[in-house]
Amino acid sequence: MVKPNAAQQAFTQNLPLCQALGMEVTDVDEGTATLIMPYSPELIGDPTTGVIHGGAVSALMDSASGLAVYMHPENKGHTATIDLRIDYMRPAAPNKSITAHAEVYHATRSVAFLRATAWTDDRNRPIAQATGAFVFTKKKKTS
Amino acid sequence: MIEKIEPVQDVKRRRDAVLSSFVDRVPFLKFMGITFDRRGNELTGIMNFDPKLIGNPVVERLHGGGTASFLESAAIITLAWKNIWDAMEAGEIDLENLEGGALPPLPKTIDLTIDYLRPGLPRDAYARATVNRSGRRYASVHVEAWQDRREVLFAQATGHFLMPYEMRP
Repeated sequence: MVKPNAAQQAFTQNLPLCQALGMEVTDVDEGTATLIMPYSPELIGDPTTGVIHGGAVSALMDSASGLAVYMHPENKGHTATIDLRIDYMRPAAPNKSITAHAEVYHATRSVAFLRATAWTDDRNRPIAQATGAFVFTKKKKTS
Repeated sequence: MIEKIEPVQDVKRRRDAVLSSFVDRVPFLKFMGITFDRRGNELTGIMNFDPKLIGNPVVERLHGGGTASFLESAAIITLAWKNIWDAMEAGEIDLENLEGGALPPLPKTIDLTIDYLRPGLPRDAYARATVNRSGRRYASVHVEAWQDRREVLFAQATGHFLMPYEMRP
């Protein structure tokens, strides 16, 4: 894991929804990215417990996945989500930031396959996991 | 003996009060600009366009995460609405205490699979959810979302939901 440079940090600042949700890039590497999203009462989905709406967690994992695709060394061009499946494993504890890590585990000429995990305190106790397929354009080999 | 028919304004007031109290309880729906339109028991979710919903600023497309939030919200509200309908129509919901606990908690999402069919355009989006199975504990819901043309979907999703204890028959 390496600290993101200014251009990589700007990823969340340039995407209006990421900015509205207060996301920040914390780590990037080849084909991986980690984003953090602060707790906010505006994002509550369950008023009785104060737990953040699943949609906000999906948005965080989708954004981390998008950046992970951009961070893939063979990526050239833009990306978009083709499909995303999210498993909600436990509610996110209220008043805590949520971190999401995404990685490209396989890439073909036109599709990147992603895995993402989201947690609050303990990475080994994820609140949600996602798998997805993303638009990918592989660089032509120059040999 | 002719049964007395309930005045239309009473029917509408009851249904709108229950629906809006489900929606108003969730701060995230307000944050996302998600509202619901009702025709009888049929609900249509609306994600009112706002520039903050953009994910790709270069070509101005909706963020996939926002679309996911919209589909999930439409599924949850439609499922809760379908489950409260009979009790609501039977007059079993205390309309004076909607804020104070007359309504059951919302169903919880177990999983959601979203299919992004087309880029989301910078304008309002609509969604309708179909409850394909609603059991005692689990429900399976399909959601379709479109923008300009009803028959041209830009996203769809299927999700499974855990029913709150209070909604179990």
